Amino acid sequence: MIYVHAFIFCGIVCMIGQLILDNTKLTPGHITTMFVIIGAFLDSFNIYDKFVLWAGGGALVPITSFGHLLIHGAMDTVNTFGVMGLFMGMFDLTSSGIVAAIIFSFFFSLFFSPRD
Amino acid sequence: MEKIKYQKLVDKHTPKENILLNALIGFIVGGFLGVVGEVLVELYSYYLHIPSKDASVFMIVTLIFIGCFLTALGFFDNLVKFAKCGLIVPITGFAHAMMSAALEYRKEGFVTGLGANMFKLAGSVILFGVVSAYVFGLLRIILIG
Repeated sequence: MIYVHAFIFCGIVCMIGQLILDNTKLTPGHITTMFVIIGAFLDSFNIYDKFVLWAGGGALVPITSFGHLLIHGAMDTVNTFGVMGLFMGMFDLTSSGIVAAIIFSFFFSLFFSPRD
Repeated sequence: MEKIKYQKLVDKHTPKENILLNALIGFIVGGFLGVVGEVLVELYSYYLHIPSKDASVFMIVTLIFIGCFLTALGFFDNLVKFAKCGLIVPITGFAHAMMSAALEYRKEGFVTGLGANMFKLAGSVILFGVVSAYVFGLLRIILIG
């Protein structure tokens, strides 16, 4: 059943993005940025955690999970260090994604050339 | 005159069908990627004996690898033309943005090309993610404590 939930959640997020892209003059960059901010907003009051429980990996695939993980890592250190924790733990959970993207892009750009 | 009116009617109605079709394609492709993510999480946590929270990190790295690799091979742009937001909104879009910037500016040298421009497209995601997470984190500390 969780596969159906994952399909529905991730599909609806992508569909909202597609509807915004088609009906306004915003670029894909605007949409991904907006979705990250929405993800951070939803997680700051524990709403996104319910989506993760409901849809599992399906809620972690859209870019909204990036904002969710940013604020999640920050909140973990806030519990132990107070306000300074906001500066310390922000990238705790997202570092894997950013580092993977940097490493793969760097090494692939050495071996491949653009196809245009 | 009739023809111009007819053309206007056609112009009015053609994009609407495309919008619905695009939304449906985005829904199906995005949903498929969501199912792939969930399957990967379960496979990793089953075969590597790790909790699903850690397996989700493995899943994100795998999807980023696939996004980078397909972009480097040159397939991804054609797939995006077909699926649009179904591939841009998932984490593969983030990988695609970084990889295509890296490929494009690699010719201009390592420091002034690759180093200066790698985050040209993906940087806004990181910048506004961090700023919004900071602001909402402060709000939450003030409101909830």
